[in-house]
Parts: sequence; structure tokens; C-alpha cells
Amino acid sequence: MRQELTCITCPMGCHLTIERPDGGAEGEMAVTGNRCPRGAAYAREELLAPKRTVTATCRIHRGGAGASFETSGGPRRVPCRTRAPFPKERVNELLAAIYKLEVNLPVERGAVLIKDALGLGIDVVATRTLH
Amino acid sequence: MKELSFDSVVIGGGAAGMAAALELEAAGKSVAVIEREERLGGILTQCVHNGFGLIEFNEELTGPEFAERFEEKLAGRPIQAFCGCTVLELDAAGIEKVVTCVSPKQGVMRLSCRVVILAMGCRERNRGNIRIPGSRPAGIFTAGLAQRLVNVEGYVPGKECVIIGSGDIGLIMARRMSWIGCKVHAVIEIMPYPSGLTRNIVQCLKDFGIPLYLSHLTTDIFGRDRVEGIEVAPIENGALMTEKAFKIPCDTVLLSVGLVPENELSRMAGVSINPMTNGPWVDSYLMTSLSGVFACGNVLHVHDLVDFVVEESRRAGRFAAAWLGGSRPVRELRVKAGSNVRYVAPSRVEPGRDNKLYLRSMIVKNDALLEVKQGGKLLRSQKKNHVQPSEMLTLELGEKELGAASGMPDASLEVSIQ
Repeated sequence: MRQELTCITCPMGCHLTIERPDGGAEGEMAVTGNRCPRGAAYAREELLAPKRTVTATCRIHRGGAGASFETSGGPRRVPCRTRAPFPKERVNELLAAIYKLEVNLPVERGAVLIKDALGLGIDVVATRTLH
Repeated sequence: MKELSFDSVVIGGGAAGMAAALELEAAGKSVAVIEREERLGGILTQCVHNGFGLIEFNEELTGPEFAERFEEKLAGRPIQAFCGCTVLELDAAGIEKVVTCVSPKQGVMRLSCRVVILAMGCRERNRGNIRIPGSRPAGIFTAGLAQRLVNVEGYVPGKECVIIGSGDIGLIMARRMSWIGCKVHAVIEIMPYPSGLTRNIVQCLKDFGIPLYLSHLTTDIFGRDRVEGIEVAPIENGALMTEKAFKIPCDTVLLSVGLVPENELSRMAGVSINPMTNGPWVDSYLMTSLSGVFACGNVLHVHDLVDFVVEESRRAGRFAAAWLGGSRPVRELRVKAGSNVRYVAPSRVEPGRDNKLYLRSMIVKNDALLEVKQGGKLLRSQKKNHVQPSEMLTLELGEKELGAASGMPDASLEVSIQ
């Protein structure tokens, strides 16, 4: 099987060609077109277990300390992120969980909003301090 | 009216303003920062995606995280930050400068100082700037405005989107709109290559199966009260193929068609503007045509990375502090943009020390050569693996290259890409 990818590790954007025998083991993957070793590593991860850092925003709980903040014209969403890259095929499930959240203010940058999201061992944390 | 006096006043409390203020304070100068939003951080606070700080902090942060780290550095120092405060007038003609500003909390204030740092950032080009024909219904936003609506204000600007222009903010918004449950039908780019970073094309378009139409022009926007669709036509060999035009139904159009440094205040004060960057002309101290007025960050020229903004602004802060202490450039050489170079900032260097310059290519090329010449004599040649207009380049020139140059009668350098 032959696949093509654009490497996103750096701005060079190498065009990678990956050859692997059908049903072959991981080690048999042959990557060409990469100008550095990071390209081969990227191709391997992207084809076998693609991951993305997910960033989003979640609701501020109304009626709490946030109510006064809202009327003062301040932010109405708390920005958040996954602490590490998250498996790509589960991103939509993760987003649904983030959108269900209602965060009470004050919140500190780095506060854990979802512990061990979807049981995959990765936390979702706030990225901004809001009082 | 409140009257205050400082050694220096920084206009703008984004990444550039904060970095410059920290350097001035570290050099023992009193500093005020004026910010029109309620909180420091500038545009970073609405950029909730990651990719900031790889150079500055050696890790990948989101915009709010990057901003807050700087905000915390400022909070620990005796730097006076006036938030929710808008500058009305800048009088910078004399040795003593006066910044007139107003805020609900403080009323009208007059801040007098000997140094002003311009750090107002940039703003987005809009529909009028690129003259898209068609009707004027609701549902047309610049990408950055849509970003603010979604990430800060908590509104969804529309359900069925098309993005015009492939700048990075547009690409980032393609992913954001997809992640909040909207459908992005297409990204339309007039040039034959994308104007955003390759990694954003992959992460923000390919991941979501969003088609990118290169060499396509938006020829019409339909809709009476709300956008109903756009018409797009391909450009082939420089000619618009109207017979191949097609329609894309949508209820929302986002524009990501470039940024312009926000220099209304600079112009009002009499600062000379470089038409290639839309930012002030600056010397090797990053000082504008007005003595004691410095500029840094996106108000000087539009950068791709906040890390570069911070690096440049630190330099501006250090030069401004040195200038307050009586230091002046001894002798300067002019720097001109040569072939395939859109601009070089700053446009002067001082031969006796290390100089850092930022420049932008006009071409896309692998294995390019960046050359510095003086009157046809090659002073420096540097290999670049890859150049493209959307990736800013850096150039360092020290005494080694410039020592020989300073003795020559023609005191101007030319930077070109081959």
C-alpha cells in the first residue's frame, strides 16, 4: 500500500511517500521524501495513531461569581486545552464533553476541568485565569 | 484632569507593549502602559489555539497562556498599566511628549514623557479593502472578528461557512468553526499558493476534508438580508474564466485577506510611514522619524509569530532605555530591499555592533540564497532551505560583515534573494 502525506513538523512541509506491505508489521513501513528523521517519525505516528492537541472554550456557570463578570462585558467563555496531543478519532467525543462543562469562576490557568478525559489519561485544563 | 509624568509611555498592552515595557523597567526607567481593552494581552487572548511560545518558552502554548505569563511578569514590577484606556492624541514633536488618553476609571489623563513606544499592533483587511462585488447582507465577518465572537463572547456567527483568503487566521477559524459544529464548505484563495503555513493547511483543512480552491476569485456575494451564497471563478494563465464560475451556498462568509499595521495615531503625530510595510520607517534603534518615538511588533510590520514580536520589542525597549541615557547610533548604513525581497525592517544598521533584521520574501523557493551586497560587492551569503512570502526571514549582521562596508563611499546595503 502506498500513501502520501505532507509533513507538518516544521515549515519545510516535505512531501512524504510511505510504502507498506498490506497487512505488514509497523517496522516494515518505508518513508521517502523526508529531509530529516523527524519526517519518518511523523509519518509513522500519523498513519498508525494520529494525535492532535485540542483547544476549545467552555461555558461559564451563570449565577455564580461569573454573573457580575458577564454584565461587565468581560469574557463569556473559559479557554481550555488538552495537556497532551489527543487521539484524533476521539476528538469529537472530547469536544462534546468540553461543551457540556459549566465552569465556576474564579478559575486559575492550569486548573483541571476534565480529569483523565474519556479514560485516555489526558487532562483538559483551563488556559486563562478568570475572576 | 489628571497629569502624570513618566520616563516612557508604551501605547498598547499586547505582547509587543509588555515586552518593551519590561525592558525599560529593567533598565531603571519609569514606564506606563496604555491598553484599550480591560486586560493586558492584546489579540493573544482570543487566539485560544496552540502554537505560541516555541522560541520564547520552548514549549507550545495557547494565546491566553502566553499572554498571562507576560502579564504575571509585569505584575511583579513597578510598571503602571492603565487598562480600558484609549489614547486620543499623541504630541511627540518636541523633547517632552504628551500622550492624552481617556478611560472610564481615570477620566482624561495627560501623561508626559521623553520616550514613546508605539505597540498598537495591526488590524484586519476587510471587504472594502479587496473590493468583492455583490450585495451587502448580514453574515460577512473578518476571521479575527469571528474568532473573538466564538472564543471570547460565546456567539456562533453562522452555520454554513465559506472562508475567503487562506491566511493563517482563516485556516485556524476553519478548524474552530468545524469544531463548534458548523460546516465549512470551502476556502477560496486568489494566489496559486496558500498564504498560510503548510501545517495549518494540513491540521485545519485536510483533517476536516475542507476543499481549498487556489487561483480562484470570489466574483459575487448573494443574499438580501442574510448571505445566501457566493460565486467563484477560476483564474487560468492570469485570465478570469467567468464561463467556469460556480456557486457555493452558505450563510456566512469569513474574510482572511491580510493585516495592516494600525498607524492612525502615528500618522496623526507626524511619523513617516513606509508604504511597503504600512509601518513607520525606523532606524537601527527602531526609532521612527520622530526623535524619541520608537515602534515594535505588528505596528511596525506584520509578523508571523508572537515570539518574533517579543524579540523585536525587547530590542526596542532596550534601545529606548539606552537613548534615554544619551546613547545614539554613531554611524548608520541604509538597508534596501533588493530583488525578491518585499521589505527589510529596520531600514538602517549600525556597523559597530550586532544588528538583527526581519525581512519577507516575494517568492516561493527551495534552496534559496539570501545575499547582502554593497555596490555590487557581496558581504554575506546565507543558504535558506525554503523561502515563501508567508514565512518571515531573519538576518543578523555584525561587525564582521559591516566593518569593511563602513569605509565605502556608498553607505547603503542591498538585501536580495536568489
